[in-house]
Amino acid sequence: MIYLQLLLSFMQVGLFSIGGGYAAIPLIQNQVVDTHSWLTLNEFTNLITIAEMTPGPIAVNSATFVGIRVAGFGGAVISTFGCILPSCFIVSLLAFIYYKFKGVSTIQSVLSSLRPAVVALIAAAGLSILQLVLFNDDSIMLKNINWIGAATFLTAFIILRKWKWNPILVMSLCGVFSLIINLI
Amino acid sequence: MKSEKKHNSKLTTLTKLFLSTLYISAFTFGGGFVIITFMKRKFVDELHWIDEEEMLNLAALAQSAPGAIAVNAAILVGWRVAGFLGMIVSIIGTILPPMIILSVISFFYAEFATNLYVTFALKGMQAGVAAVILDVVFGLGSNVLKEKSILSVTILIAAFIATYFLDINVIFIILAAIMVGIMKELIYLRKEHTL
Repeated sequence: MIYLQLLLSFMQVGLFSIGGGYAAIPLIQNQVVDTHSWLTLNEFTNLITIAEMTPGPIAVNSATFVGIRVAGFGGAVISTFGCILPSCFIVSLLAFIYYKFKGVSTIQSVLSSLRPAVVALIAAAGLSILQLVLFNDDSIMLKNINWIGAATFLTAFIILRKWKWNPILVMSLCGVFSLIINLI
Repeated sequence: MKSEKKHNSKLTTLTKLFLSTLYISAFTFGGGFVIITFMKRKFVDELHWIDEEEMLNLAALAQSAPGAIAVNAAILVGWRVAGFLGMIVSIIGTILPPMIILSVISFFYAEFATNLYVTFALKGMQAGVAAVILDVVFGLGSNVLKEKSILSVTILIAAFIATYFLDINVIFIILAAIMVGIMKELIYLRKEHTL
């Protein structure tokens, strides 16, 4: 019974969260805190912090965390399955349409307008992370500049652009560097 | 003999797909666009399974469908590379790392969230993530400029202002870009008709 509830709850999260990560948060909160009281609001806030600090989509992270707390490992599997199930159907359908009609000139025209928009969205996502790195709090002012963060970013950026190092290696090195410099 | 060889190469592709998605997912902090930049580096630049244009089309599809962008992108790339099995394999590769990590963390989450070492390392990794994303953006952006299309550049700038400065929901930006594409096609058709 609890499995079915978890499955249905997270299917709703998966089905209605359009626009990625942050769009899913209010939906998860609605299901997990308000409707079913599986977590307190405080626990939920902690969960979101952890989800942002660890790899993976927030919806999958939340499904695992809530599922395990409510019904053990089986609960985690069921909840995660629930939150990706709607995607599987809808995305497959979109992919089918895309490959079937991608030669049609209208679709070509739509895709060629979508591509620069997607580049802009990626740029904005990158810049908002950079903002977190460069400034110590929300206000963008010269005195708030985090010099270590800025130096780490610049070095990593140059290494990636010029020498095309493996991005995951560069990222891990940044983590190690930051840990060492903060401990000294 | 021949079918066995085919079977083997399919198996190699699936294994590579699984390991790639697993690896990308395990190290991708931050939202769905981050994973798309890593997928681009892996599947377009390194393995040459997908070309850059198609990767951006798939990214647009992943963004337009409900659900986590990372999972949607994994579904699309999986389908594209190895069909239905590919989809299953790349979904599992993508969700396994967060599931394992969150399962472990759920047992001592309060300590984890306040641990100083964890915070330091994560702060540095944020700088690295920003560098990786902006590196990919430079590459993609310069390709858009190379198209020498005023419309593309206008869309790029307008979409950036809309999302970054005006905080307009991504869905509306995608819808607006779709409308622009349809209108461009209609105007083109009408011109051709009157000529």
